[in-house]
Formats: sequence, structure tokens, C-alpha cells
Amino acid sequence: MSNIPADLKYVASHEWIRVEADGTVTIGITDFAQDQLGDVVFVELPEVGSDVAAEQDIAVVESVKAASDIYAPIAGKIIAINEELIDAPEKVNEDPYGDAWFFKMELADASDLDALLDADAYAAICE
Amino acid sequence: MGKQTALYAKHTEAQGKIVDFGGWDMPIHYGSQIKEHNAVREAAGMFDVSHMTIVDVRGPDAKAYLQRLLANDVDKLKETGKALYSGMLNTDGGVIDDLIVYRMEGWFRTVVNCATREKDLEWMTAHTKGFDISLTERPELAMVAVQGPEAIGMVKKIRPEAADLIDGLKVFQGLPQHGWFYARTGYTGEDGLEIMVPQEEVVQFWTQLIEAGVQPCGLGARDTLRLEAGMNLYGNDMDESISPLQAGMGWTIAWEPADRDFIGREALEAQKADGVAMKQVGLVLDGRGVMRSHQKVVVEGVGEGEITSGTFSPSLQCSIAMARVPAATGDTAQVDLRGKLTDVKVIKLPFVRNGKKMF
Repeated sequence: MSNIPADLKYVASHEWIRVEADGTVTIGITDFAQDQLGDVVFVELPEVGSDVAAEQDIAVVESVKAASDIYAPIAGKIIAINEELIDAPEKVNEDPYGDAWFFKMELADASDLDALLDADAYAAICE
Repeated sequence: MGKQTALYAKHTEAQGKIVDFGGWDMPIHYGSQIKEHNAVREAAGMFDVSHMTIVDVRGPDAKAYLQRLLANDVDKLKETGKALYSGMLNTDGGVIDDLIVYRMEGWFRTVVNCATREKDLEWMTAHTKGFDISLTERPELAMVAVQGPEAIGMVKKIRPEAADLIDGLKVFQGLPQHGWFYARTGYTGEDGLEIMVPQEEVVQFWTQLIEAGVQPCGLGARDTLRLEAGMNLYGNDMDESISPLQAGMGWTIAWEPADRDFIGREALEAQKADGVAMKQVGLVLDGRGVMRSHQKVVVEGVGEGEITSGTFSPSLQCSIAMARVPAATGDTAQVDLRGKLTDVKVIKLPFVRNGKKMF
């Protein structure tokens, strides 16, 4: 059974979203996603400052087994990326909700958050 | 639910992630495929390969039958236990399966792939006509591959009664003892053993190997290890539509004696006379990204080819692939990596042997 923290939001493409105190969001991939991928060996991240649309593919994670696109779960601007993942992609397997965040975004419209899944709804997708 | 080996409960107990493999429920890894891979290169790992099909060939015509059935020649096997790798070809020269055959005292043991079991048995049975032989499957035998620089030592410690027999084994030789069968063969590019064990004894053997520190490894590590070792995987690197001459299996075709009429010979001779257009090579990607099977290979001024198996190499820390490319390909090519043509090195297989980089 994979770990799905109750305090995060999710999308069906297996990204998690954490809403920070200042209204920005931090995004990564879920424990279920890393488990499906197996050992992660490369991560490609978006450019800081780029404007992205919801569901746009903006990053790539490659495991020994397969390559997988990472989608922007919500529209906005990329304000930070986790460059540590470039040299230590195995963190995606080890700590998907902590050290292995992928990028941070400023939202185009905060009300878009209402459309995201809560932990229970996401858990139903993973069954 | 698929078929399960006698070790299935041990796999789930060890948190093995179970996937379908040719109709069998098998572990793909037990946590980290890379850790399992490294254990085999650096110490010892083990694989449950009980899903593979063992077929014994007995009878006065056993040798003549296999000389007709296989592209390699079992007459090369001069010593009891010595083994041979061969393609079993159709009349067009396509590969029905690849297999290992061991010469026993007056009979032969073959090991064929599990995913091709039905069609193999059908083909093998169909060609018994005119030969006084019997084919007997041995499903009551489980099989464990123990591989790595420390593998043989570990097995000898657990099976002291077999230590002398194991010490006497040459590379690619297998011998029976009290219902067990110890073979110095493998699919990893490391030294080690493939051991056939009566099903009712295999759980205890596996448990003893774990206690001795041997790392259980899944199909994922098996694939990265064999790919680094430049060994073909049936269904990926060759199949019935591919000639062994285009799949790096030319060395497994015994052309001499010229009057040995093996199935597929005529087709292969015609291909050779016409010139073989494609060859098998290894590709190495120095930069980021991972090559995958079916990606296109572009050789400027020469033509195009295709990746047949690609992965990330845990030993080399970069992506490697096996590919079928035009025969005139030199030492560089480009691969279409998710829409981006990327330069790669072309090398002669293998990538890794006995823990060492080979190119």
C-alpha cells in the first residue's frame, strides 16, 4: 500500500501539490508513481521563470524501466526547481514527498486549487 | 493469477514486486533493481529461474535428432556435461528460440525459454519423426541461478557434498548429483552456477542462500545484467523473423561439417551468399537520457536501424543498448531519443564482463 499524505493535493497523473503559507505550491511525484517507475536514474526539470499551462508536460523522469512525462498540475509560473535531483535522482525513490520535490510554482489563479484531488480521491485512483 | 514457482511464497515474503512474465507470476525486484544488479557484479546474487523449461532428450537417435534440430552442432560436445548455446531455427532461418543443451551420459538436457514453451515443444515434437528418441519435460525441477564473483564459494559452503563436483566444472559445463544438477552457466556475464533442484528442496536451499548473504534478484536486474553482458533476449533481440546472422548469433552456427543438414541451413546459406545487410552492435550514450527498445538508429550516409534492447547500465552509469544496424555502420550513430537525434558510440558487444568495462 503506497503512502498518500492527507495534507497534500493530487492530480490523476500522479503528481502531488503542497500549498505553502505564502500561496505558492510545491510539486513532486507520488510514492505510488515512484514505486511504479522503479529506480529513477535521470530527472529533467523545467526552466525557472517559464509560464506553464495545466496538464502541459514540463519535466521528465527516467527510471531503469521507462521514461515518464511530468505534467504541470495547475497553470502558473515556475519559480524554483530542485537541482539536487539532477545529481541524486535516487532521492525520488527514497523521499518522494520530501527531499525529492521537483519544482515550485506561483499560481495563475488560486481558485484552480479547488479542482485538485484530495488524498481519498487520489487513493481511489491508485487502487 | 499466473503460474507460480515453488519459491513464490519466498518472493512475496521478501516484498518482491510481482509481475506477469510469460504467464508466470515473477518478482521484477525486491526494492531496488540497481542494488540487486550491483550485488551480482560485486558479490553474489540469485534468481529464481524455475519458470524456464527443461526438456531431456533420450534415445539412440538423440544426437542425430539434435544435429538436425539445432544450428549449433552437439557433436562439438566431447565431454560429459559440456554445454552449447544454440538457435533452434525454422526453415526460413528465423529463430524459434535460443537454448542451452548439455551432453549427458548417452542423453542430452536442453533448457528453453518459458514464454516460447508451447511452440518449442510443438516444433521439437513435430521433428521427432524418423528419430528413435523421447522428449521429457522436467517441471518437477526448480532452478536457481547464483551469480557473481562470490557465488560459487557461497554455494559450496551450503552444499559441501557438491564442492568437489563444482570445483571440477569447466565454464559451460553441468553435472548431476543426487537429483540436483550443477551447471557453470548464467545470463549475467559473471561467474556462477545455475542449479536445478527438486522442487521440494528448493525453499530450504533459497533460505540458506539468503542466510549466507546472497542477494535475491528479480527480472529487472536480470535484464540489465544480461544487456551489459551483450546477451540476447528472445523476443527483443531476435525472433522468428530475424536471422541469427543479423542478431549476433553467427558464432552459434556450425557450418562444418558441410553435410550436416540442420533445419534452416539452406536459408542461411542463401543469406550468406547474398550478403547480410544488417548486423548487431552495442550503443553507448555518454550524455543524459536512456535508450529504449524500438527507438530508431540513424547512421549518416549509410541508413537506419533499430534498438532491440536498451536500458540504463548500473555498472557503467550511462545508457547502453543493443541494436540492429546496417552492416556498413562505423563507430558512431545517432538515436532518436524522444524526438531528439542524439549522438551515440557504436561498440562491439559485450559492454561488461566479469565486472569490467569491455570497450
